[in-house]
Amino acid sequence: MTARPPVLCLAGIGKSFGDLVANDAIDLSLGRGEILALLGENGAGKTTLMNILFGHYVADEGSIEVAGPDGRLAPLPPGSPQAALAAGIGMVHQHFTLADNLSVLDNIVLGTERWWQPFRRMGRARQLLAGLIERAGLAVDLDVPAGSLSVGERQRVEILKALYREARILILDEPTAVLTPQETDGLFAVLRRLAADGLAIVFISHKLAEVMAISERVMVLRAGRVVEDVATAATDRAALAEAMVGRPIPAMSREPLKPGDPALVLDGVDVAGTDHRGTMHGVDLTVKAREMVGIAGVAGNGQGALAALLSGLAPPAAGRVTLFGGPFRPDAVTLIDAGVGRIPEDRHRDGVVGDMTLWENAVLEDYRRHPFRRAGLLDRAAARAHTARLMAEHDVRGGGLGTPARLLSGGNMQKLILGRVLDREPGLILAHQPTRGLDIGAATAVQARLLEARGRGAAIVLISEDLDELLQLTDRIAVFYRGRLTPLLPTEGLSARALGLMMAGHAADEALAETAERRTDAA
Amino acid sequence: MLGFAVLNPTYETVSDSMLETLDILLTASFWAATLRIATPLIFGTLGELICERAGVLNLGIEGIMVAGALIGWLSVYMGADLVTGVALAFLTGVAFGLLHGALTVPLALSQHVSGIGITLLATSLSYYAYRIILPDVPSPPRIEPFQPIVWPILSEIPLIGPSLFAGQTAMTWLALALVALTAWVLYRTPVGLAVRACGENPAAAEAQGIDVTAVRMGAVAVGSGLMAVGGAFLTMSAFNAFFFEMINGRGWICIALVVFASWRPGKALLGALLFGAFDALQVRLQQTIGGDLPYQLFLMLPFVLSILALIVMSRRAAYPKALMVPYRKGER
Amino acid sequence: MRLEPRAHAPLWLQLAAPVGAALAALVITAVPLSWAEAPVLTAYAMLAQGALGSGFALTETLTKAAPLILTGLAAAIAFRARLWNIGAEGQLYAGALAAVMIGSGTVVLSPWLMVPLVLVAGALAGALLMLGPTLLKVRLGVDEVVTTLLLNFIMLLFVQMMVEGPLQDPMSLGWPQSMPIIDEAALPRLVERTRLHIGLIVALVAALAIWLTVQRTTFGFEVRAVGANPHAARFAGMSTTGVMVRVGLLSGALAGLAGVGEVAGLKGFLTQDLSPGYGYSGIVVAMLAQLNPLGVVLAALFVAGVFVGADSMSRAIGVSNTIADLIVAIALLTMLVASLVIRYRVRFG
Repeated sequence: MTARPPVLCLAGIGKSFGDLVANDAIDLSLGRGEILALLGENGAGKTTLMNILFGHYVADEGSIEVAGPDGRLAPLPPGSPQAALAAGIGMVHQHFTLADNLSVLDNIVLGTERWWQPFRRMGRARQLLAGLIERAGLAVDLDVPAGSLSVGERQRVEILKALYREARILILDEPTAVLTPQETDGLFAVLRRLAADGLAIVFISHKLAEVMAISERVMVLRAGRVVEDVATAATDRAALAEAMVGRPIPAMSREPLKPGDPALVLDGVDVAGTDHRGTMHGVDLTVKAREMVGIAGVAGNGQGALAALLSGLAPPAAGRVTLFGGPFRPDAVTLIDAGVGRIPEDRHRDGVVGDMTLWENAVLEDYRRHPFRRAGLLDRAAARAHTARLMAEHDVRGGGLGTPARLLSGGNMQKLILGRVLDREPGLILAHQPTRGLDIGAATAVQARLLEARGRGAAIVLISEDLDELLQLTDRIAVFYRGRLTPLLPTEGLSARALGLMMAGHAADEALAETAERRTDAA
Repeated sequence: MLGFAVLNPTYETVSDSMLETLDILLTASFWAATLRIATPLIFGTLGELICERAGVLNLGIEGIMVAGALIGWLSVYMGADLVTGVALAFLTGVAFGLLHGALTVPLALSQHVSGIGITLLATSLSYYAYRIILPDVPSPPRIEPFQPIVWPILSEIPLIGPSLFAGQTAMTWLALALVALTAWVLYRTPVGLAVRACGENPAAAEAQGIDVTAVRMGAVAVGSGLMAVGGAFLTMSAFNAFFFEMINGRGWICIALVVFASWRPGKALLGALLFGAFDALQVRLQQTIGGDLPYQLFLMLPFVLSILALIVMSRRAAYPKALMVPYRKGER
Repeated sequence: MRLEPRAHAPLWLQLAAPVGAALAALVITAVPLSWAEAPVLTAYAMLAQGALGSGFALTETLTKAAPLILTGLAAAIAFRARLWNIGAEGQLYAGALAAVMIGSGTVVLSPWLMVPLVLVAGALAGALLMLGPTLLKVRLGVDEVVTTLLLNFIMLLFVQMMVEGPLQDPMSLGWPQSMPIIDEAALPRLVERTRLHIGLIVALVAALAIWLTVQRTTFGFEVRAVGANPHAARFAGMSTTGVMVRVGLLSGALAGLAGVGEVAGLKGFLTQDLSPGYGYSGIVVAMLAQLNPLGVVLAALFVAGVFVGADSMSRAIGVSNTIADLIVAIALLTMLVASLVIRYRVRFG
């Protein structure tokens, strides 16, 4: 298995931030053409390790050696992204690093030319790229602005950037988080082809199925330490999951409930789009009390518009919206008062004011109401008491009432937002990617709270890119594609593959039929 | 209500003034003045444009122009030749640019506040220095400024000849050349690509091995140098002495022009020329129909025009995406 | 060297930072002072004496502090909401102009009505001048920094036009100055035989009111939220537009009041050199105060002291009084660096 010549060798890497030990004596070796999966929860130390490798951080201890073009290992100068790039390390970040207003070609060539050159040799670059595109199967238009590309295309550009620099080691940080299952298959085909050509690949993920599908070897990190380093063929999902979390994972159970009256009815609703949220056209949707409805779709296909509508940030341009059997006013304050709870997609941007304290953030939506507002003044004592109770009930840790919200971890921040929303016992809840970026513990807690709210009688709209989450939690699912929403389908009988096909624009019956075929084939 | 009578000239005066306006547009001196008025704006707008393309707003421009005006003029007054004077003015701008850069790039402090601080500092330091070096002179001392370059043959062309090929100094020619050079560097060289990338998405630039701090610092230094040269034009070419308040808001107008130009050097030239033309026209109209209107109304025109330009462009403004967004290494 | 965000800045640090910044500014200014071959320590001693050394010096400092408190508050409240009002200078002149238009005999009432009337008129004029840039910002996204800066120049020219035209005092022998404020509209003196007028009380009350507004009211809560994270504020149902407009009006009104004080409390008539840049110095005051309305009072006293002290120092040892502007400008930059220490803990290694 390690008969391949090594191209990368990390030994005893350690790094701490204050009291937090992010990496502790990590050893990692990678052979030519090998695909290694690096598995771990958020905060396990994966990102820190890769940032050290890429020169964004300097390790407190340990050494890094990288093979040169001649195959001989040489130490990598620490703390220099330039040195990492020169040594043939390419990185595809989870949040793509493309300048939207520059052309694809400019994005790829950026930083590869000698800076004092008075001209840019674009002809040669195009020729080289044409060869790479052909060989790796990464079709993309070089002359459009990067901002106009789809998510899948952007990822291809990121890989091309690395290949153009003749990377011998490619690191992909959560590359499938934003892809449909079918796009993921395409990516895997590309990666296998590149590995066969001799590229060494580190695949960072927390998705077990994908790790099992693509990697030859798996390394599991937990709390900054390597807890498992094993050939993929010699392990299974359950073992990896337990190694990753450190304890058996409780299965989330959703008891069947009889849905009540419709809480939200959309009838042919259009919402005009903006740059980042997309538009939606002629959407019909009914969500009933005691029901959790899932909304799937590739980012930018319309779920952002639906979220904006239900958050009170965008008015319907056409169609009719009925809320709790009455009229709907597209205004955040009115919606909150009417009993709509909203959990925003980006909690740092929309959920909290990072520089304000926890108690101020806890009443961010309620400060204008009794008992917090008295004659135009904010009753700080009431707000603090309220917050203390919320934090206890929702297990928010990592700060006191006066701590700025920006210092909270993602999980605790989300629990605070959830507490703020659920405390009003809303009749309709919009949860937009409520568990994204959370570790399993926090994610399970959030999911349990949502199910609890459903049991209490709330209608819930769960927008998520995590198909497993949708399949596990929801009663019915609809899929957005190019602004249109499919009819709701019962979750029983749906699979991630079927949802993936629908996310790519296939009709529901077609998707179901095809996945059914594949299932019989496999059997 | 107070200004109603004066703001409502008789019909005859209106048609007369329209004819006069046409006459003015056909004189060489009008176009020569247009270029003269535009020159400091070209320097300043290019300088600000370079800073902003790299992602740094530079509100120090007004003060840096004051400092450039003083140093350029002072160098010549103390015996240096004109070219040295321009070079020293440039270096003065670079120095203030490095200060602004140090505060806003590695330290990531507020670009607004730092810029205002640089303007206050550069202005007060210049005035203070002027007072120390020339404690008691009754009237500002004069220097021998740049003289217009008369090009053989070309200066014979009607209208363009006397206005452009016989009416402009080396500094105006330098400004015109810099427009082309800036456009070339920004769009045709690796350095320009790096500058644009740092202004659009510094994280992307960093991931490609570009030192964002160095690029931004460099852009702010060079851009500030150009601003200072724009100030020096006033004391070394347009006039021949240094006065307090002589920059008089030109820096702020340059910032508006950058928006008007959508951060493109070619359009910046166009904007500055348009602006120069309006200003030159205003001066001449003041002479012809000025008797009827308070002269301050004419002097307000450039500022009003700048605001209007901002309003017109507001819908279309394509800001560099990372403008005013500080970047700390490894932090995203 | 690394910067770690602090959870809390202890109170002593919040107080020490501006004091340190002010001292650093004085230390740095020693360089240009010694360049002028001035004895540095003597110079500073004379500066302190000139600012605080006598009853007269003190009242002069307090007189100058009044407009600085108001323009400082104008900047502080606006910057809180991330509304970059750099136009306090123009708004000050708008306030002064309104005071003269109302208070120079157009209306004659008893002082009990007349003084509040000119104050309100000045505040309204300042607010109105700031309304345009604010609306342009929230409606069209036009950068308010540039529009407010440009309006300063327009306003100054307008004032010049008025004092050379319709508002010119016929008794001024051609000097560009306005008709005088009538006695009924003049702000009463606080201390006899000094120039100190009730403008200072107005400024102090304003500081207290703004502090209460920012810290204790739901409107202040909205201002802070909109300033710190407009996205989250909007998501929580706050009207960022409404908050911005109200902050803009408030900020302009405060600067307008400063103008009323100068014209109706001090000078008695309007000229085009009424303000030696109080609008711009207000930004320094606000930053030294870390945008805290009560801190603005202390910071304004410091800046006023520098201005008054530098004047008497310059008369005594012949260093140009432009040194005052230099000290204030350096203090802004040193305070900016000091703000880093308040927000972050600097770790070495």
